[in-house]
Amino acid sequence: MCSITILLAAGASLVHGAQPFRPQPLKSGIEFSSAEVRALQHDDFSSPAMLWATRGEKLWSESAGASGKSCASCHQDARASMKGVTPRYPQIDPGTARLVNIEGRINQCRTRHQQAAALGYESDDLLGLTAYVGMQSRGLPLNVVIDTQNRRHFERGRDMYYTRMGQMDLACTHCHDRNFGRKLLNDTISQGHGNPYPVYRLEWQTMGSLHRRLRACFFGVRAERPAAGSQDLLDLELFLAWRAQGLTVETPGVRK
Amino acid sequence: MSLARILVPPKARRGDVVDVRIAIQHPMETGFRMDNNGRKIAKNVVNNLVCRYNGAEVFRAELGSGIAANPYLQFYFLAKDSGKVEFEWVDDAGEKGSAAASIAVTA
Repeated sequence: MCSITILLAAGASLVHGAQPFRPQPLKSGIEFSSAEVRALQHDDFSSPAMLWATRGEKLWSESAGASGKSCASCHQDARASMKGVTPRYPQIDPGTARLVNIEGRINQCRTRHQQAAALGYESDDLLGLTAYVGMQSRGLPLNVVIDTQNRRHFERGRDMYYTRMGQMDLACTHCHDRNFGRKLLNDTISQGHGNPYPVYRLEWQTMGSLHRRLRACFFGVRAERPAAGSQDLLDLELFLAWRAQGLTVETPGVRK
Repeated sequence: MSLARILVPPKARRGDVVDVRIAIQHPMETGFRMDNNGRKIAKNVVNNLVCRYNGAEVFRAELGSGIAANPYLQFYFLAKDSGKVEFEWVDDAGEKGSAAASIAVTA
């Protein structure tokens, strides 16, 4: 009897956990951008996002906190040690069993190993370090693995993606799966992938994290916005990373 | 931290027209914006930028509130001698920044 219940439960979760729809063919947001924005992202000097990457490069070897250690003290040359890291995030931190993204991991390193204060989520320093770490994986395909440890987070993120919310009563899927490539006001709707983040957004006139961009979408559908770095956005980030599997990292990107 | 990226070709031949670029990380606050509490955000833009080539001024720009954040400038000068290309800039808050690169000029 017991085994039948377990079998039934497994069957039910299989149906529930059926592969969600993924846009075909997968297209990075840059393919929906104008030629000018594309040129800006592809030019490593004139891209304003590179200013933050340069800031991150400087911070990498600057010591911080009571330990007097810099990122380079443990990780040495980021160009070798950070290659291929960003595509695996967000992932479960073995110490706390919580989901962390690159921003969270950097702040963990700061508090645990450098004994320094955590950086503000939208601060130039954290954006710079995130961009610098991400840049080392440019061109590598996103590759998060959904397993027993992070499945709960993946399912929460997936459910949020398909849930209608806000005064507009829209879910992410209504724009980014069913209507990508079409116009929303003067903008072309993309498939909603996180592969270039953090990006320099011309509208913001500054660099911003994926969570800032997601909050802008929540605002767009007139829904309550989860805080940057909150569990809701981390779970959504994990689902988006899974959904964008195979797209290559473009960090640091430029968007309109 | 006043941060900039500059592009100066490391080598040139005497008489070449050299292409120089600079991008400065700066919010270029216009003075027309309000914060979330309705208070005016003070104007703060990079108002003056100078480029010197071996001590002699070759380029000067006076920027205003019409320039977008993170200003990016490109200009040219004639390569004469090997030496230093230095940039200096200052914003309305009085914060100064500088960057320098060297250029080797062959005959």
